Amino acid sequence: MKLSVLLLILLAASAASAQVPYERIRHADREPGNWLTYSGNYASHHYSQLNQINRTNVSRLKVAWMYQVRGRHHFETTPLVFDGVMYITDPPSDVTALDLRTGRPIWSYRRNIPQGAPVCCGQVNRGVAALDDQIFVNTIDAHLVALDARTGRVRWDVEVADWKLAYSMTAAPLAIRDKIIVGVAGAEYGVRGFLDAYDPKTGRRLWRFWTVPGPEEAGNETWSGDSWKQGGATTWVTGSYDPELNLLYWGTGNPGPDYDGSVRLGDNLYSDCVIALDADTGRLKWSFQFTPHDVNDMDSNQIPVLVDADWKGTPRKLMLFANRNAFYYILDRVTGEFLHASQFARQNWARGIDARGRPERNPDSAPSALGALVYPDDDGTANWFSPSYSPRANLFYQNVREKGGVFFKVSVEFQPGRLYLGAVKRDITTEEPYGALRALRPLTGAIAWEFRLQSPPWCGLLSTAGDLVFSGTMEGDFFALDAANGKLLWRFQTGGEVWSNPITYQFEGRQYISVASGSSLIVFGLE
Amino acid sequence: MVITRNIRLAIFFAMAPAIFGLANLYVAGAQSPADGSLGERLYLTQCAMCHGQKGEGGRGPTLARPKLLHAPDDDALRNVIRSGIASAGMPGTRLIDAELRELAAHVRKLGRVQPAVLAGDPKRGEEIYRTKGACAMCHTLFGKGGVFGPDLTGVGARRSSQHLRESLLDPAADFPRGFAWVRAVTRGDQVVTGVRVNEDTFSIQIRDVAGTLHSLWKAELREFHKDLAKSPMPSYRAKLGPGELDDLVAYLANLLETK
Repeated sequence: MKLSVLLLILLAASAASAQVPYERIRHADREPGNWLTYSGNYASHHYSQLNQINRTNVSRLKVAWMYQVRGRHHFETTPLVFDGVMYITDPPSDVTALDLRTGRPIWSYRRNIPQGAPVCCGQVNRGVAALDDQIFVNTIDAHLVALDARTGRVRWDVEVADWKLAYSMTAAPLAIRDKIIVGVAGAEYGVRGFLDAYDPKTGRRLWRFWTVPGPEEAGNETWSGDSWKQGGATTWVTGSYDPELNLLYWGTGNPGPDYDGSVRLGDNLYSDCVIALDADTGRLKWSFQFTPHDVNDMDSNQIPVLVDADWKGTPRKLMLFANRNAFYYILDRVTGEFLHASQFARQNWARGIDARGRPERNPDSAPSALGALVYPDDDGTANWFSPSYSPRANLFYQNVREKGGVFFKVSVEFQPGRLYLGAVKRDITTEEPYGALRALRPLTGAIAWEFRLQSPPWCGLLSTAGDLVFSGTMEGDFFALDAANGKLLWRFQTGGEVWSNPITYQFEGRQYISVASGSSLIVFGLE
Repeated sequence: MVITRNIRLAIFFAMAPAIFGLANLYVAGAQSPADGSLGERLYLTQCAMCHGQKGEGGRGPTLARPKLLHAPDDDALRNVIRSGIASAGMPGTRLIDAELRELAAHVRKLGRVQPAVLAGDPKRGEEIYRTKGACAMCHTLFGKGGVFGPDLTGVGARRSSQHLRESLLDPAADFPRGFAWVRAVTRGDQVVTGVRVNEDTFSIQIRDVAGTLHSLWKAELREFHKDLAKSPMPSYRAKLGPGELDDLVAYLANLLETK
């Protein structure tokens, strides 16, 4: 009797501490009041079934509370929310747990970043992962840290890569059943990219997949000489996961050096790819390369969106991928088979995509001594900011950057830890770049509608069952559109640039919308 | 954002027309940046567009001077090149240390030139500024004058004499980033024309010739037109004789103090 009581107590304690077991994340759609993983669910829809805030009442949306961070770099967090607490990161690699009722911090994890840790594009962080009773954060100095979700206390801290070689980490980890999947950045410095899996309990590395194959490995022949050693192809945006197939899908970045292909002849696998890895072993199941032999910094570090749909009369497991190179792709995510590509923004680097999904490159788009005019520029049409897929509206939403640049080739020499680029960019001053929120028909890529933005955005998208799409602008506007037709329904001037993905959650019976803007985390609710 | 845009606009009338030729360097192929030293090549691709091919100035200040305001020593110069000057609209660069060193050395080389001897008389130029030129109607000097055009206090430190001359002759040849001449008509038939002070997806702020600020919601406009290539400043080509133009340029080029 006594033993069984003790067991019951232990079981209850274990249930209480296992706040976010894998099964909760796997079935995230069953509890839309929470936001359990970076993209909302493993399929990366960045969509919510909450509909309390909807097109009939969104005009009454007001600020409920705000939380200000102290970092000087862009505030790119996508919060996680569960069980009354919001978990955010703020630059460079800090984590704070916020009480949902009051917006007051419960704990903060502050990390001291070594002086001079090299990062190409700001000491930013895009969010945490949660699994059981732990919170996981990647750091600018390329560590993975596990924190106690209740206190923020460090459970373990492991080095993923050497920051002195210019490896860094900015993406939210992805937590699956028994692994924490993490990617790295640093392709602007000629690092060799990889994707890692760690044991959530101990921090022990379980596998590593090098995104640039070494000698004797398939794909190494796509790199001339020893160029693979500086091959880049980093993994700096969180990927997706199909639990049924047990496959991880992850975008990879540009080859190194970014702009000079003459030192790395060949297709340069697996740069600018989406890779499908067996989650148990880290072995490659298939890959698809969007931009072979890239010389325009067309990282494919965007979010693979997983959708099951009828494709020409047959139900198929699909992947939708709005690429930085201005083409929208549909792949079979079981086999990697290329099914479709269509242009969704201005581009001049390719003359088209052939039946196998391979681009025909415009040779004039390679950086040159006199300058090559390229659309999109090296910030891309799409970038790390999330798209959103609404099964209810049956639309794929993508924020688009319409901006070109002129690229001049310069000499390039590899030195560990130093920039390894091969060109310099000049902006075009005779025209104004702009942005647009575009709604694409998911199975054709046809643009159903667009909402034009003053400037190329750095904000991701959230769509909801309230028939709304939320986004933000570089001029500080945060706004909601009618998901069906793009009509503006609500806007709010936040006073800061919006460099983040909005999310939604429900707390004490009320739905809220949250977004990071400037140095503020803002939560909106109905009056 | 407002401040940044204002600063950009504040330098808009004094811009050099030469910029267009430079902006199209890659088209015109005027001079291959592949020639010359690494520092010169970097300079031509990264800096010349705003600072002029020989550092004579343009959108950015002249570099053909021994002392640079933001870069008293070489460390500071490399830092400016690396990080830019956000408040002045100068972007940073992503160069490795060796490139930074070479580029900074080239910039210093540009500074070792004899300053141009100006033909005009600054005193007569000042008189023209106040009377025949009517410059103060739109421009501020040392806190006095109109606010429609940019403040010209210290413009001689920011622009070369050649640049100033060309701006007076052909004001529409160059604009700072973000400049637009706007015409908006509200649903109530109010017509507003002027320069853009700021703009976002939903609204625009315009300063008219009288210096009045108008803030308008785009959804409430019946007509909205932006012209990125129209300057409200008249050309002084026919208005001033050659000697008078020299005088006015000499006056402006000698406006080095900022207080």
